[in-house]
Amino acid sequence: MTEAATRASASGGAAATATPILSIRQVIKRFGQRPVLRGITLDVASGEFLTILGESGSGKTTLLRLIAGFEDLDSGEIWMGAERLDRIPAHRRQVNTVFQSYAIFPHLSVFDNVAYGLRAKNTAPTEIPERVTKALAMVKMGEFAQAAPAKLSGGQQQRVALARALVNRPRVLLLDEPLSALDANLRRQMQVELKSLQREVGITFIFVTHDQEEAMALSDRVALLRAGLLEQVAPPREIYGEPATAYAAQFIGQTNLLRAEVRDGIATAGSIVWRTFGANGAATYSLRPECIRVVAESESASPRSPDVTIPRFRGRIRNQSCGGAMDLIEIDCGAPSTIRARIPSPGILTGEREFEFTANDAVRVREGEPE
Amino acid sequence: MYSRAYKTAVTIPPLLWVTVFLFVPYAILFCYSFWSVSSAQVILHNWNLQNYLQLVHNPIYLQVLFRSMRIAASVTVLALLLGYPLAYYLSFHAAKRKDLLYQLVIIPLWASYLVRGYAWKTILGSDGVLNGFLQYLHITHRPVEFFLYSPFAVIITLTHIYTPFTLLPIYASLEHIPRNLVEASHDLGASPWSTFRRVILPLSLPGVLAGATFAFVLTLGDFLAPLLVGGPSGIMISNVVVSLFGAAYNWPLGAAISFCMMLLVVTLLFITERLEKRLAVS
Amino acid sequence: MSAGFQSRRAPWLLRVYAFLVYAFLYFPIIVLVVYSFNGSGVGGFPPAHWTIDWYRQLFTDSALWDAVLNSVMVAAVAVAIALGLGLPAALALDRTDFPGKALFRRLVLLPLILPGIITGLSLLMLFVAVGMKLSLVTITLGHGTALISVATTEIFAGLQKLERAQEEASLDLGANHWRTFWRVTLPNLRVSLIAAALLIFTLSLDEIAVSFFLIGRENTLPLEIWSRLRRGITPEINAISTLILIFSIGMILLWYRLRTRLQHAEESAAPLVPAAIQGESA
Repeated sequence: MTEAATRASASGGAAATATPILSIRQVIKRFGQRPVLRGITLDVASGEFLTILGESGSGKTTLLRLIAGFEDLDSGEIWMGAERLDRIPAHRRQVNTVFQSYAIFPHLSVFDNVAYGLRAKNTAPTEIPERVTKALAMVKMGEFAQAAPAKLSGGQQQRVALARALVNRPRVLLLDEPLSALDANLRRQMQVELKSLQREVGITFIFVTHDQEEAMALSDRVALLRAGLLEQVAPPREIYGEPATAYAAQFIGQTNLLRAEVRDGIATAGSIVWRTFGANGAATYSLRPECIRVVAESESASPRSPDVTIPRFRGRIRNQSCGGAMDLIEIDCGAPSTIRARIPSPGILTGEREFEFTANDAVRVREGEPE
Repeated sequence: MYSRAYKTAVTIPPLLWVTVFLFVPYAILFCYSFWSVSSAQVILHNWNLQNYLQLVHNPIYLQVLFRSMRIAASVTVLALLLGYPLAYYLSFHAAKRKDLLYQLVIIPLWASYLVRGYAWKTILGSDGVLNGFLQYLHITHRPVEFFLYSPFAVIITLTHIYTPFTLLPIYASLEHIPRNLVEASHDLGASPWSTFRRVILPLSLPGVLAGATFAFVLTLGDFLAPLLVGGPSGIMISNVVVSLFGAAYNWPLGAAISFCMMLLVVTLLFITERLEKRLAVS
Repeated sequence: MSAGFQSRRAPWLLRVYAFLVYAFLYFPIIVLVVYSFNGSGVGGFPPAHWTIDWYRQLFTDSALWDAVLNSVMVAAVAVAIALGLGLPAALALDRTDFPGKALFRRLVLLPLILPGIITGLSLLMLFVAVGMKLSLVTITLGHGTALISVATTEIFAGLQKLERAQEEASLDLGANHWRTFWRVTLPNLRVSLIAAALLIFTLSLDEIAVSFFLIGRENTLPLEIWSRLRRGITPEINAISTLILIFSIGMILLWYRLRTRLQHAEESAAPLVPAAIQGESA
């Protein structure tokens, strides 16, 4: 996998071959003097589950609110199909939102909540009960139609919010951190349900979260947002296996950042030397902990000539802790920071040992501010 | 999120009304203070500063103003002395009956002013309840005159009226004090009194300031209590204004005094607002 | 808040003091009520024979009931004016930004703290300037204007508790601003609006300061009582005062219950609605 390919995915081109359902072009948004979104360009494919992932303050909720119409953008355009979306007021966009706080109307029953959008658009009264019932059944809240929202649990309210949005058959569904208030088990359950729901209805989902595990589990593509700019947009496997930047590598999963000097196809970082591609000079590489293997003591004892495609390095075991299926080993090999490795069932490692990895697993990443 | 039409619809009507019925009248009041009245009781629009000069030079007005301020200060002090301990009791010691006791405080607050003023009139008069009571107990043999129609009566009545006004902000700021601060103080060995002095009192100062301001400003502008129970020696500045708009027919002078009062009140509020911000610890 | 600290017994001095303050607050009210049943008049001690003659006299006093009717009409219209303008004012203060917003806010809230006579006098000058005759209409306009501040404050507090996301959800689902206002904003403000209406109605019934200057030929209840007072105090006034007290106490307690219900509703919804998540801009 080359660096060039990873750079191409930054503009979100990889998945969209047909006309994108949503096209965000150079969108800039400021709050007062503070820039929150500094030029977002992104195409969303019809029927995809796209997650906007970022820390708090990265601008992800703001981007969502711009699509929904609760904020006005300062410059740029948002297109839905052939229509200019950002010129249309919020209540006329074919976009629906599931709010982080659910925003269920407390003075209306569950049924009336779900029917609200249908009634607002003057849907035929004969059609309403059927559509509402179907929507509630889809989120497994069929028996709660006449319930008062105040009596529902958080998870139940969230399902009602989902049904209320979906019943309108929007072209795009926006979800603003809908699972963040649920406890871990309920959250995992809802993730599974959401994913299968999306496949079932085939609507484009744009999902906002700060939880990278959630993003990886649910999405067709992940758009990593950092300080108002897109760091990388790619499917989960790609963003994990071929992170474009050091930030992406560190935000999603864990990694080791090796700062190396590259000369004529060889990268050197301290005592670690491996084969690489790309220009000479200083470069940073991301090496995932699970890519590092421990060399058997017997093998280690007999020296072999250095192989730059399967580089080896020696290091002192600093710490070893149990991480379930794998142990987390901290290795001190003279580099400025310790190397972290995840090794399955290594037994107790002591003193100095030799480790190895496959050169191709070291991915060259860009460091610094997003451009 | 809110369209221009929404924002306009929401802003224009109250803005319009407030301009016509508040801003313009205050402006007219301001203008009047620069006019004068002829001997034929006609308002002359001759712009001058006579009214203001009269206020400064004529000792009567200053006398009444100072008396009003003394009364206002007395009422404020008394209201604080009565209101603070009760607020403290409510906030820190009332527990189960807090809600009920709080309601008992706000009832006098909103129950008719006139009714309460009248009640004091019947109590303090020479044929009133207080004198009757004292004579019944043979403490006195003749009615005590100075209870009614004196600054004393005004002070008592206004203290009664405005103590709840003072109590509420103090109570609010006491409620805001995190209880774990008090517990920490006890934990560190401070006695209840010491805790009060060094933790609770300082943190409640914004509320005290607000309550004191209410009592002072509202008392200063009061005209009913002096009319009910004040008598000639209990006249306050607002009564002067009332008579200037009534029998003494000098609207411009009345307007000038009113405007000065307005200025005084607004300045006081401005100062206390600044002080409150400085004292407040979020 | 630690319950352990709350239930600590207050020092007996504080308890006695608190009781005395309550006694002071309620003493005139109790005296008033007791003496409204007193056969031998308004003063003296102890109250002599028990009678409801004064109440009987009340019911045949047509002038008084005319005044009551006037007051009720004025209060009802004042509520309409105050709410009708206070609601957009609160919305404007909560949701919009325009040049002069700070000035607007202070102007709207000014009648609350300014002595009533200043507002009354200014309005008088306005009506004189436009040649409007003084009547119940002018009084109503005065009450409405002065009480907009109360409405704005109450409704604003209610707006703060309103979850903004609900209105966004309504827009999101396809309802326009007008529909959102009727179907989502207003129902959520229901309790605040009723509480404000109760308070304004009660305040208007008792209003004297502004009414004093805007009165025409017909009296409101407080002014009717006032004119009788000048002729001499009679137990009949005690009787009507007692009735006024009972009514306003009832209204105040209702208002208070509504207010606390609003607070409790917000607090009990907390575990269901994720806290500290609203308005997070990320």
